[in-house]
Amino acid sequence: MTIETRLSPLQRVHEAAGARFTDFAGWNMPLRYGSELEEHRAVRERAGLFDLSHMGQIIVDGPQAGEFLDFAVTGRLSTKAVGRATYTMITEETGGIVDDLVVYRLDETLFMVVANASNRVVVGQLLRERSDDFDVEVSEPRLDRALVAVQGPAAASILAGLGVEDLASLKYYWSRPATVAGVDVLLARTGYTGEDGFELFCDADDAVALWEAVAAAGESAGLIPCGLACRDTLRLEAGMPLYGHELTRDLTPFDAQLGRVVDLKKENFVGREMLAKAAETQPSRLLVGLSGQGRRAARDGYTIMADGAEIGVVTSGALSPTLGHPIALAYVETARAVTNATVEVDIRGAATAMTIVDLPFYHRPRP
Amino acid sequence: MSIPDDLLYTNEHEWVKLSGSTARVGITDFATDSLGEVVFVTLPEVGADVKAGESCGEIESTKSVSDLFAPVTGAVTALNQAVIDAPETVNSDPYGDGWLMEIEVSEDNPDLLESDAYAALTAEA
Repeated sequence: MTIETRLSPLQRVHEAAGARFTDFAGWNMPLRYGSELEEHRAVRERAGLFDLSHMGQIIVDGPQAGEFLDFAVTGRLSTKAVGRATYTMITEETGGIVDDLVVYRLDETLFMVVANASNRVVVGQLLRERSDDFDVEVSEPRLDRALVAVQGPAAASILAGLGVEDLASLKYYWSRPATVAGVDVLLARTGYTGEDGFELFCDADDAVALWEAVAAAGESAGLIPCGLACRDTLRLEAGMPLYGHELTRDLTPFDAQLGRVVDLKKENFVGREMLAKAAETQPSRLLVGLSGQGRRAARDGYTIMADGAEIGVVTSGALSPTLGHPIALAYVETARAVTNATVEVDIRGAATAMTIVDLPFYHRPRP
Repeated sequence: MSIPDDLLYTNEHEWVKLSGSTARVGITDFATDSLGEVVFVTLPEVGADVKAGESCGEIESTKSVSDLFAPVTGAVTALNQAVIDAPETVNSDPYGDGWLMEIEVSEDNPDLLESDAYAALTAEA
C-alpha cells in the first residue's frame, strides 16, 4: 500500500521561508522555520502565523443539522446561536473519545465540524454513519479548504490593519464571515495556544494570498511564521489536551476532566448510556498537571511513582519555554491526584520530583 | 548543511577535532537541525572514562531527548561551561562555541568518518 503525502496549499510558501517539515498524520507540514523557541515567544509576546490546513473541515448541511449533531457528538449544538463555536467531543458507544472537535454554527441549518488531522477521515465516516435517520448531508473532509491561524496579543491589531472592522465585537469562541485582504474567510476567535487569536478558514486557492497579506501586515508588529513544534509547547502551557496523548479511545471525557463537554440532559446521543455511568463513577485515574524543577523534561510515556508504587503515566511534557521549568500532563490514580502533592517521575532512570498543580500552567495576562 | 572537512564524524552525528591526543567533541549541524532547539545537555564529569560508541550523555531539545555517544575512547578532560549555561549555543555554532567536551584519547577509533563519507551519510537521511 502506498500512502500519498498530502501537501498544504501553502507548501511552496513554506519551502520559500526555509521551513523544516514533519509528517503529521500523512500531511507534510512545517515543524519550524527557524528556532521553535523564538516562534513560541513570538506567539506569547507578539504574534505568530500558523498553517493548519491539515485540520479536517467537515460541513454538515440540512434541515436537521442541529438535531443530527446533538445525536452524533457529546454537546448540544442545536440551541447554539449562529456564529457560535463550541468545543465538544465525538465518542464511541462505549464513551471512549474518538476525537475532540470545534463545531461552528455557520447558519440555521449549516455547521462546520473541525477535527484533528489524524482523525479527519474517521470522524467524517462516523458522522456519515450516524446521519442515516436525519435529513442532513455530511461532506467529506474538505480538501479544497485551508486554515490559517493568527495567534498572539498583536493578532487583533494586525487584522484590523488589514481592514477587518469591529473585532472588539467578535468574542472568544465566536465566528463570522469576513473579508481579509480581499479574501473571503470564516473569521473565528479560536485557537490552541492560550493567547488571543483568530483562525481564518478560506478556500485553498486563496490560502497563499491570505498568508502573504497577513505576513506582510504583521511584520512590523513582529509576527513570524510558526510551525507545529511551538504549537505543541504553546498548547501544553495552556493545559490543552492533544488527541493521541491526553485523549484516546480508552478514556472518556470525564477521565480527561472534560465532563463539561457532555450534555447528559440530551435524551439520545451516541455514548449516552456509558457516559451517564461515567459521570456517576469516580474515574480510576485523572488528568493532572505536573510542574518540576531544573531542565530535564518528563515526556510522553514516562512512569510516575509515589511511595514506591506506580501511580500513573506522563502523556505530554516539555521544558516550558515561557516558564523555564519542566511541565507535563499526566494521568494519575484518582486518590493521588491531589494538588500540591509530590510525585516522582522516572526520567530515564532518575527519580525526579514533580508537583501536581492546577491547570493551566500558563494564563495569558488579561488586558 | 555545513560539514567542515577538517573534522571527523560518527554515524550518530557527533564530530571530533583531533589536536595531538586531545579530541574536542560536538554534534553536527545536521544533528542540531534534526533535534531542534537544544535546551539541556547532560555531559560526563571531568575525569570520567568514556568508550567509543557508548552513551556518555544526553542532548535534550524541546521535542526530544537523544543519547550523546562518545566518538573516541579516553578520559574527559574538559567540559564547555558555555554550553551547559546556554545550551542553544549548540544550535547557533555547532562546530565552534557549541563544542561539548574534550577527551584525552587513549585508543584510536577506526570507525570515524571523513567529511565526504559523513556528507554521503546525511544525504541519504
